[in-house]
Amino acid sequence: MSKLKIKRRRASSAPGDTELIIEAGRTEKNYWQDIWRYRELFYFLAWRDILVRYKQTAIGVGWALIRPFLTMVVFTVVFGRLANLPSDGVPYPILVFSAMLPWQLFSTALSECSNSLIANANLLSKVYFPRLVVPTSAVVVSFVDFAISSIILVALMVWFAYVPSWRIVTLPLFTLIALAASMGVGLWMASLNVQYRDFRYIVPFLVQFGLYISPVGFSSNIVPDQWRLLYSLNPMVGVIDGFRWAILGDEASIYWPGFSLSVSLVMLLLVSGIWYFRKMERTFADVI
Amino acid sequence: MSDTVIRVENLGKKYIIGHQQQERYTALRDVLAYKAKGMTQLFKPKSKIQNPKSEEFWALKDVSFEVKRGDRIGIIGRNGAGKSTLLKVLSRITEPTEGRISIKGRVASLLEVGTGFHPELTGRENIYLNGAILGMSKVEIRHKFDEIVAFAEVEKFLDTPVKRYSSGMYVRLAFAVAAHLEPEILVVDEVLAVGDAAFQKKCLGKIEDVAEKEGRTVLFVSHNMATIQSLCNQIIFLNRGQVQAIGNPDSTIQLYLDEGVTSEDWSDLHKITQRRGEGALKFSRLALLNDQEKLVNAALSGEKLTFRLYFSSFSEKYTYKNCRIGIAISSISGAKIVLSTEMICQDEVDIRDGESLDFCIEKLPLTEGGYSLMLFAESNGIIQDWITEGIQFSVEGGDFYGTGKPCPPGHQGKSILVDFSVRKSCYEYSK
Repeated sequence: MSKLKIKRRRASSAPGDTELIIEAGRTEKNYWQDIWRYRELFYFLAWRDILVRYKQTAIGVGWALIRPFLTMVVFTVVFGRLANLPSDGVPYPILVFSAMLPWQLFSTALSECSNSLIANANLLSKVYFPRLVVPTSAVVVSFVDFAISSIILVALMVWFAYVPSWRIVTLPLFTLIALAASMGVGLWMASLNVQYRDFRYIVPFLVQFGLYISPVGFSSNIVPDQWRLLYSLNPMVGVIDGFRWAILGDEASIYWPGFSLSVSLVMLLLVSGIWYFRKMERTFADVI
Repeated sequence: MSDTVIRVENLGKKYIIGHQQQERYTALRDVLAYKAKGMTQLFKPKSKIQNPKSEEFWALKDVSFEVKRGDRIGIIGRNGAGKSTLLKVLSRITEPTEGRISIKGRVASLLEVGTGFHPELTGRENIYLNGAILGMSKVEIRHKFDEIVAFAEVEKFLDTPVKRYSSGMYVRLAFAVAAHLEPEILVVDEVLAVGDAAFQKKCLGKIEDVAEKEGRTVLFVSHNMATIQSLCNQIIFLNRGQVQAIGNPDSTIQLYLDEGVTSEDWSDLHKITQRRGEGALKFSRLALLNDQEKLVNAALSGEKLTFRLYFSSFSEKYTYKNCRIGIAISSISGAKIVLSTEMICQDEVDIRDGESLDFCIEKLPLTEGGYSLMLFAESNGIIQDWITEGIQFSVEGGDFYGTGKPCPPGHQGKSILVDFSVRKSCYEYSK
């Protein structure tokens, strides 16, 4: 395959100022430049998704509060009261919600991301832009939901008069890891979804299944020590443990070998996700 | 600095097409099943067969041309000739398989107006969104906002979701955004098939402005020869992915008409991709029959002509109730001259897969020339299939009036013949 070059100086209004060369194959460097050039489209797509998400709903953004809140109540009753699982001295609702936040972020971001290309099929087959803009902007919407539902966490802390430690400032880092995890899996799913529509059935299943194998309703401390490293093969274990470590302060301990394993897996997923997406990208418009 | 803005060299685009595959997308199960089949063949090397399901198809092959600044290029060719693929490659939606294009300046494509419009968003929001999708910056859009709104004539509905717009308003708004892009190179594909006549005229005017007053380059794909002829100063005629001719409008269009009309094949209308509607019920085949119910390739002026329309549907068992089927014939330059539709003439019919419907014209009033046919099918108020472009047929000169005299030159393909009588009368003035 021939080498590809895209030479282009800053697009300005003066005609003849720019020259674009289209050939088979494309170089990495120009691709990332193009992403930067299309950052406004990224904002607009994210803005559109946020606007549309709660249009024509009676309580609008209220949904971003009600869903995690009710799930939290159910989990507290089932795991905290009925199953009587230990809470490491933290009010059970706070224990659950500190995991519910990253899990909601991950699951909505993953579903939005995997469906984003199919949902924007008409754009993909009609207009040029770096395709990576679409799944990335889809993730932003889930981040907004995440920010809104964090209000519940604050409210819970006030209610239980719970004061977090200094570690709360590391929360953005763990949020980034959660986003990276959802992007990594999401990019794989998005590109596979274009090729094989089977994956739109796999994603909801994955999300539902993942809720039970991730320590959302309980603390990961109840997992026997000899199994913890194996358990950390689920990348969300590291993310959730990190969230609890940052929010719950001294009451939560983190299992560092497992955490580093989870984080390296997240990075591997993200890098391979981007690689696979880039590989499949040039055929999207032909097969979608 | 040379004045060449687009240089295309040996451009080729290859698709792998699957046979027997009816699904619109690949399902994993098929791939797995196919792989499994391949595995079994490992053990029986003798029965090795070449992949029978896929075949290479060159949508474009060895296409080379140059476009100078300010040129208005019309691209013509039959369905499947590669026109849309060429525009897609030029606007970077798909990558070429081989060859090279160099483009100077910003390219904006109007492959379909309203791309990226979101029905839930208001007109105002959609202007910003659509502008961004087409490549405008926020500052540019804000700057042009009032102009866009005025052009689209939707001032009153700016804050209404576009899903409540009439289709005319929707198209006007979409075109208005695109028309204010100010790219150096504008790529237009068939947008003018929509909107009312007054708005179409406005759009054409705008494109002419863009090309002539502002010196921008326009690439225009259409089946409407009249529009192409009035708009373009150079024509590229594509045939089976290759450039058949490049030249001035009159001679190239003539070449296309001579070539295009005689070698039509209506046996598989599924090949036509420019169609609208649900698609559950589709036109599958068209046959022209003469007065002895015999298949003909061309119709004869003044004789009985039957258009037999065959239908296909997803399910053999399903009956499409209350169908309204319409046909319309237009001259090759795009003017509608005959409109015959169930909607205004007859009762509704029920149609099933594999059935056919005959439209008979007792005495064909068309003069010698090429015509194109539009087909329309609707069931229970839902448009199922609507083919507006791509079916062409020709009419041979006949003896409509039974006088043995041919139709006078200059009227072929442009006039229709009607029965009339001439009577001499004389008035008596009683005074």
